[in-house]
Amino acid sequence: MSFRHVWIIFKMSLRALARNKVRSFLTMLGIIIGVGAVIAMVSLGQGAQRQVQEEIASMGTNILYVRAGSMRSYGVHTGSGSLNTLTPDDIEAILRECPSVQLATPNASSMAQVVYGNQNWSTRVEGFNEKFPEIRNWPVDKGEFFTETHVKTAARVVVLGKTVADKLFPSGDAIGQMIRIRNLPFRVLGVLSRKGENSWGRDQDDTAIVPYSTIMKKLLGGINYIQQAMISARSPRATYTAEVQVKSLLRQRHRLGSFQEDDFSVRNMGDIAETYEATNRTMTILLGSIAAVSLIVGGIGIMNIMLVAVSERTREIGVRMAIGARPGHVRIQFLTESIVLCILGGLLGISLGVIASYAIANFLMWPTLISSWSIMVSVIFSISIGLFFGYYPAHKAASLDPINALRYE
Amino acid sequence: MNGNDSSRQAPEVEASVDYAAAPAGSPIVIDLQDVVKVYDLGGSQVQALKGVTFKVRAGEFVAIMGHSGSGKSTMLNLIGCLDRPTSGRYLLDNIDVSRMSRGALADIRNRKIGFIFQNFNLLQRTSVWENVELPMLYAEIDKHERAARVRHALEVVKIPHKAKMHPNQLSGGEQQRVAIARSLVNKPAIILADEPTGNLDSSTSGEIMEFLQTLNREQRITLVMVTHETDIAAYAERVTVFKDGLILREYRNESS
Ligand SMILES: Nc1ncnc2c1ncn2[C@@H]1O[C@H](COP(=O)(O)OP(=O)(O)OP(=O)(O)O)[C@@H](O)[C@H]1O
Ligand SMILES: [Mg+2]
Repeated sequence: MSFRHVWIIFKMSLRALARNKVRSFLTMLGIIIGVGAVIAMVSLGQGAQRQVQEEIASMGTNILYVRAGSMRSYGVHTGSGSLNTLTPDDIEAILRECPSVQLATPNASSMAQVVYGNQNWSTRVEGFNEKFPEIRNWPVDKGEFFTETHVKTAARVVVLGKTVADKLFPSGDAIGQMIRIRNLPFRVLGVLSRKGENSWGRDQDDTAIVPYSTIMKKLLGGINYIQQAMISARSPRATYTAEVQVKSLLRQRHRLGSFQEDDFSVRNMGDIAETYEATNRTMTILLGSIAAVSLIVGGIGIMNIMLVAVSERTREIGVRMAIGARPGHVRIQFLTESIVLCILGGLLGISLGVIASYAIANFLMWPTLISSWSIMVSVIFSISIGLFFGYYPAHKAASLDPINALRYE
Repeated sequence: MNGNDSSRQAPEVEASVDYAAAPAGSPIVIDLQDVVKVYDLGGSQVQALKGVTFKVRAGEFVAIMGHSGSGKSTMLNLIGCLDRPTSGRYLLDNIDVSRMSRGALADIRNRKIGFIFQNFNLLQRTSVWENVELPMLYAEIDKHERAARVRHALEVVKIPHKAKMHPNQLSGGEQQRVAIARSLVNKPAIILADEPTGNLDSSTSGEIMEFLQTLNREQRITLVMVTHETDIAAYAERVTVFKDGLILREYRNESS
């Protein structure tokens, strides 16, 4: 069969489909929705993944978190009663004795009510030292951050996150005002720049930063241990060395024998990124496979309609055979019809998917990312579905006996 | 199937067949030798042809007659390579086609044979032009040649102005003209017609028969036609009468 012939048969198929426009469209609907769903779902997963990556990159890949308590798997504390193992002195020692560590800050936090005049707001009050803006790469927008002296004297000063500043001071300027946290007066030194939501939906600007010494003494009842510390290595490449140094120093300082578990845990951003990426990947695969199932259902719909078409057009097939169509011609014609349906459905589905993911991004404010491979995979998938589900009906048409086909009523 | 089957006891009938009645000197194009056709209906078998020997010379016009169920259509379908004999041989243009593949038979139908049916068998929702063009698409004839032949064929059957219409917008006679045009475009050596006037009134039947006769006489196209009307059979040069899957007798029409 020459190329020109395939082209002629292709046009015959188009004509046959055009004769039944509504039915052709309804047949395609399964594929349209299937492909659209795959593209939208995958774009959702990809968007979330990219957001996590970007966020982690913006936080710096050289950041380490040290937490009190051992951790067997992420997020699950195990060594009970051992949460008071990490002290500000440990952090001082890390800064002094670990050459790959550049900056470090203790971190303790507590939920608290913050009040100004008749405005009040419940937020997370977090304690850091004066290195916070540098480590988190998060500068103040107005006013200034607290200093080493504030930390040493456990001064009652606060730097507000944008959201808290907006809630407490809807119209006026916050700098220099006295607010109350757990009924203690704090002076507002500055307001942080806007950071927005993180990828798991928490508003990062809903926070108030105070010296860690202040939170330990004034808000947490005079404890002398901290929950966690944030450490930055001298460079992203030094992160691993820094991690090793921090671990061995802490084991030494906490006098842990060689068979004892760590009573602290150190995590780097890579670990955290991996956790989120793994979750994301699972979600993407899950959503993608649900969508793929709908694609297969669409394919079965095509097979169903093509089978109906074959029996409806039995007489036509007989006529074509009588005037010289070979079984191969008939097979190709019906196969082409189902492939054309699938490709057309696939293209419409891609448009639908792209529109849907823009709609998700604009109305639901969820990040989406349309990748060219998901489009390519959809197209290849549609063609395969057309071939796979179109083959049986086409084969059935081709195996018809011309005489029986001509006698068919 | 062959030989000593007791149901095949009509030697005097076969002896009366007069092959010499064909135009002298013309080669034999259709040559069926002792052809049997059995339809297998899941258990029960129908013997539609019980060993028929039948020859047609190039340029002949033969009518096949007989009662309903006598095997006329079965015979025509075998001649037209739409079906293969259960046993016996069929030489078409001296080539044995009785064991050819479905694909090869399709090519033969496409190039050598034109079909005309009682119920026209045009593709619905497809224009007259496209219907006539169809056999040439399978023959891979190029576009300009196709257009020229469609135009010519529609002129021959005198409906050039109906090219854009669809079959359901045409009268029966017009539809049969379209079918004739379609059967002609690949310049077949043989045209097979199964009751071509069966669905037409008598005056339209006459017109269609004039056409077929003209084609046979002027273009020397071999014509085999099934009919059960004597006055339609009268257009043919030779008439073969079937009975119960066998040839009962053959005769020549003196007038033609
Ligand atoms: N496709 C088929 N399957 C089974 N039996 C068939 C088939 N075609 C024909 N027959 C049987 O073969 C016998 C001959 O049928 P055929 O169609 O050749 O008769 P016919 O002479 O054309 O009759 P009519 O004048 O009614 O068209 C009949 O008994 C018929 O039932
Ligand atoms: Mg018949």
